[in-house]
Amino acid sequence: MDVLKKVPVREQDAKVRATNFDEVCLGYNMEEAMEEASRCLKCNNAQCVKGCPVGINIPEFVNKVQAGDIKAAADVIAEASALPAVCGRVCPQESQCEGKCIRGIKGEAISIGKLERFVADWSRENGVVPEKPANTNGKKVAVIGSGPAGLTCAGDLAKLGYEVTIFEALHKAGGVLVYGIPEFRLPKDTVVQHEIENVKKLGVKIETNVVVGKSVTIDELLEEEGFDAIFVGSGAGLPRFMGIPGENANGVFSANEYLTRNNLMKAFREDYDTPIIGGKKVAVVGGGNVAMDAARTALRLGAEVHIIYRRSEEELPARVEEVHHAKEEGVIFDLLTNPTEIIVDENGWVKGMKLIKMELGEPDASGRRSPVEIPDSEYELELDTVIMSLGTSPNPLISSTTKGLEINKRKCIVAEEVNGKTTKEGVYAGGDAVTGAATVILAMEAGKKGAKGIHEYLSSK
Amino acid sequence: MYRILNAKELTSNIYLMDVEAPRIAKSCLPGQFIIAKLDEVGERIPLTICDYNREAGTITIVFQVIGASTEKMSALKEGDSFRDFTGPLGMASEFVNEDISVLKNKKILFVAGGVGTAPVYPQVKWLRENGVSCDVIVGAKNKELLILENEMKAVAGNLYITTDDGSYGFKGMVTEQIKELVNNQGNKYDVCIAIGPMIMMKFVCLLTKELGIKTIVSLNPVMVDGTGMCGACRVSVGGEIKFACVDGPEFDGHLVDFDEAMKRQQMYKSEEGRALLRLREGDTHKGHKGKGCGGNN
Ligand SMILES: Cc1cc2nc3c(=O)[nH]c(=O)nc-3n(C[C@H](O)[C@H](O)[C@H](O)COP(=O)(O)OP(=O)(O)OC[C@H]3O[C@@H](n4cnc5c(N)ncnc54)[C@H](O)[C@@H]3O)c2cc1C
Ligand code: SF4
Ligand code: FES
Repeated sequence: MDVLKKVPVREQDAKVRATNFDEVCLGYNMEEAMEEASRCLKCNNAQCVKGCPVGINIPEFVNKVQAGDIKAAADVIAEASALPAVCGRVCPQESQCEGKCIRGIKGEAISIGKLERFVADWSRENGVVPEKPANTNGKKVAVIGSGPAGLTCAGDLAKLGYEVTIFEALHKAGGVLVYGIPEFRLPKDTVVQHEIENVKKLGVKIETNVVVGKSVTIDELLEEEGFDAIFVGSGAGLPRFMGIPGENANGVFSANEYLTRNNLMKAFREDYDTPIIGGKKVAVVGGGNVAMDAARTALRLGAEVHIIYRRSEEELPARVEEVHHAKEEGVIFDLLTNPTEIIVDENGWVKGMKLIKMELGEPDASGRRSPVEIPDSEYELELDTVIMSLGTSPNPLISSTTKGLEINKRKCIVAEEVNGKTTKEGVYAGGDAVTGAATVILAMEAGKKGAKGIHEYLSSK
Repeated sequence: MYRILNAKELTSNIYLMDVEAPRIAKSCLPGQFIIAKLDEVGERIPLTICDYNREAGTITIVFQVIGASTEKMSALKEGDSFRDFTGPLGMASEFVNEDISVLKNKKILFVAGGVGTAPVYPQVKWLRENGVSCDVIVGAKNKELLILENEMKAVAGNLYITTDDGSYGFKGMVTEQIKELVNNQGNKYDVCIAIGPMIMMKFVCLLTKELGIKTIVSLNPVMVDGTGMCGACRVSVGGEIKFACVDGPEFDGHLVDFDEAMKRQQMYKSEEGRALLRLREGDTHKGHKGKGCGGNN
């Protein structure tokens, strides 16, 4: 064993997986996990912990894995994180825990994410279940949205004895974990559903098909339905478009629509009714995780896929692992290019795209080199489908129907960082609804802080 | 689960159901819609609310069988359930927020076409309950396909029925009836509210623009979530992109790009056709859902 290198993780072969929706990464087995754990230096001043937004005691859990005591490792993780099977799969470890790992200075960092995933999967397979608190304290809290922020907040409050109800607009709980992130990165029936079941086992009720702001307002929940406090974890689901000609043509989708059809509505399966237009030649505009997910989904539906991104590879906001996987599977990266127009045929369908080449200019005030157009470098690409993945912003449904709930210029709910307190009494918020589109682990952290904030508020009342 | 308390076929291929959905019944207003999902594998289907009973906690929906999902829905009987039923979605009709005394002095003309009669009904009824009486034109292909005639008669001021083939009422299109009322009978209208097939709304708008009557239409584009999350429902209104599910479904008809909206409505037509075939003919028809649909058909 080379201590400088990670124990390689088994993956589905790139050619095979490009044609199915099964999970790409197969994870470690016990032997591999123990071996990987043995590479850990058990630093006194462990840097990895500082890189984890929820401060998991990483050396401690890795130590337990090395000793083969997975139950104990799971307990260590559970002190800080409610969704380890999810985070182990989707956290950007290279810029968090693993990015700070001392082992990583000379060699490769410890595979903290893969170990976390192993521990969580082992716990699930070996039936480790959370226990419902014996008594409730009789206080009712409503949680809006069942993404990572809402689930975490609800779980923490239930453990403290609150009666918690989650209200979810869609017909299935999970937020981005069910409608956005694809099956091949985050299996729905096993991993996500299990985390949701665990939250329910703590006594949390989940009422789906309730669009807060429409079916019922926050004020009504507080005044008529007897909730003592509210946590808003409604995410940032509103997709942006570019505003270029041709964007409303048939065959142009937001990444959210494309992914929702395929993940939430399971359009890729013959036995589900919702249709999806897979496309033969697809362009995905954008360079984030969402763009990679849309591209790899289109690829699996049988298309040739181009990622169109206006900066260079180094600036791609997506996780390194996702970019790497996308390339292995055959996604084509057209970097330093920007669309200027979508070409539409006489029946209103996409037939191609006009693009212009870009170069990186001088760094601006924020230090980022901004892309500038190269004159006379326009060209055309023939296509039948375009997927816009340009980011999302919070939906105004809740803020516009709640008296006294302030939002900022970016449409995000204004909330205090330490406890999620908003400008309206009794209402707390966190996750993408407050920060704009961010990450699962940050949403989870905000859910935890919100639960603490609500607990402090209701304890002092 | 959302139980069906009453289900009946109004006319061939058009069905009415009362569904138990207390949260929606408590808060819905005219102009809004719901999304129904039949079972685990079903699509999310947007349907305008046709009536509601706040005490009983029920919502009435009316739908026409147009694809595999509505065909499956049509087989539901009293006592069956929808797995999911969400709403009320979208904005309420503009008049709901107007001052009633101002409304009472307005001359309002409703134009309903085909199943569009269903969403027009709660609006006319709401206005009647608030002391405002309106003229209503209901257009259908023929007498057989006319729905909710008696219900509408009970709440409308004047009711004008037109059929394309003259089998009942005035023979001709709704636009001709509008011309008749405005040009020949000298009626004046402050606002026209037109709901029906896209093509009907387009032609009503062309006419009312000429006649100088402000016109509101209710659009029914392809939708997925109905909460503003996917953009499938986007329409161009006055050159801007609007999401029909949250900004609408009602818009100023004179600003709507109907040609684009009609093309977008066709996007999944071939897909839907295949799904319907699969449903009717079983597995013998191997349509490749999702794959191989080049998009241009
Ligand atoms: C395709 C995709 C891939 C991603 N990949 C990664 C990744 O690899 N790693 C990572 O860390 N992060 C990733 N992210 C980001 C991450 O998923 C989000 O930051 C995170 O899910 C935010 O959690 P949340 O709980 O704040 O909101 P969400 O997960 O968005 O959940 C919000 C929930 O609230 C519901 N809701 C909204 N409005 C209402 C209302 N009015 N009433 C009731 N319910 C409502 C929504 O339906 C939704 O279910 C990805 C995001 C996407 C879209
Ligand atoms: S939660 Fe994320 S950051 Fe924290 S240890 Fe796990 S993978 Fe690393
Ligand atoms: S239906 Fe998805 S945004 Fe309107």
